[in-house]
Amino acid sequence: MTAARDYDSIPGTYVYDSRRGREGYALNMFCMSLNSAANRARFKQNESAYLDGFPLSADQRQAVLQRDWLGMLKVGGNIYYTIKIAFCDGLTFQDVAGMMSGVTKEAYAQMMLAGGRSPDGNRHKGEVDKGEDHG
Amino acid sequence: MAEIVAGIACSHVPAIGVAMDRGMTGTPYWDPLFKGYAPAREWLAKLAPDVAIVVYNDHASAFSLEIIPTFLIGVAAEFPIADEGFGPRPVPVVRGHPALAWHLAESLILDEFDMTIANAMPVDHGLTVPLSITCGQPPAWPFPVIPLCVNVVQYPPPTGARCFKLGQAIRRAVAAFDEPLRVVIYGTGGMSHQLQGERAGLINRGFDTAFLDGMTRDPLSLTKITHTEYMREAGSEGVEMVMWHVMRGALDEQAVEVYRHYHVPASNTAAGLMILENGVAT
Repeated sequence: MTAARDYDSIPGTYVYDSRRGREGYALNMFCMSLNSAANRARFKQNESAYLDGFPLSADQRQAVLQRDWLGMLKVGGNIYYTIKIAFCDGLTFQDVAGMMSGVTKEAYAQMMLAGGRSPDGNRHKGEVDKGEDHG
Repeated sequence: MAEIVAGIACSHVPAIGVAMDRGMTGTPYWDPLFKGYAPAREWLAKLAPDVAIVVYNDHASAFSLEIIPTFLIGVAAEFPIADEGFGPRPVPVVRGHPALAWHLAESLILDEFDMTIANAMPVDHGLTVPLSITCGQPPAWPFPVIPLCVNVVQYPPPTGARCFKLGQAIRRAVAAFDEPLRVVIYGTGGMSHQLQGERAGLINRGFDTAFLDGMTRDPLSLTKITHTEYMREAGSEGVEMVMWHVMRGALDEQAVEVYRHYHVPASNTAAGLMILENGVAT
């Protein structure tokens, strides 16, 4: 039996299921290593050399070096892990969330202050009418 | 005999901990959130429980992807504060309650809940932020804590219905413990939020309000919410709300709401807090 993947219809969302878990294990374990201050210092000193210690794919390696936050999710990154790279850079969850959703830091912060992103129009892929309730 | 006297549902947004640790709680951004926490702190200080069970999820702190326990109970005498990637939070070490924790582990497993047992683990913001929210910044936490971790990082988390049943088993186990302890149980995480992808920042006040209302009106129907519904309606990380059901399952069917606070935003998240009390024992 294969588990239902009905969440695949949610737009802009990368559920960390077995498919991503199989692809992203090494990438996320690299991120996990950044829980140690000594490793953070080594990573900052020479990112490329540090990454050599982990069996990342070329795409994963490039996404990390370019800080392509959305790209990391697409090659198996889990946000609770990839955020540790952002912490290393002195960024916050909100900084990264803004970058992933493709708006400026200010615009994202303003959206949150105004009550956040509405679920209306954002429940199913292909929805366009932001005001319409499809729930 | 020990007894669960109350439940606390509480978001565990890391930025709330940062705001406290850096003395920013009085800023215009944070003030409305923290004002709403004050009555909960007063209530908890007055209740003065003997021990707390805190149901939370680890966020790649104690556990990596090497081993992913679905349900885990911490039985240690002490739990250090984790370095989550920016140094440990400057909060007191968390004291455990090994006697009750081991009793719970044995009782739950024999009651067919196959707990993983942790003798040593650090605890992260998932556990410490709810303590900070409800206890403030004391030099030592006012009661020992039993950490109970639920996996919500690797899909799928346990279902809401399973979490509720675990709560019921916790209640039976606590009631069978041979010391007159007054226990509170925290269910943490949520409410609506999405930290990842192009849809980051999703908030659903309607969903959250119905969820808060349902905690007393019809908690069993809330346990039927599917993971996909949580993720679609309350954001991918909103699925953390399954942990509230553990707390709810451990309380009386007729538990009453004594306090609620809901605020948007706390960073990317709708922060919710609810206190439920069991009825007076007859």
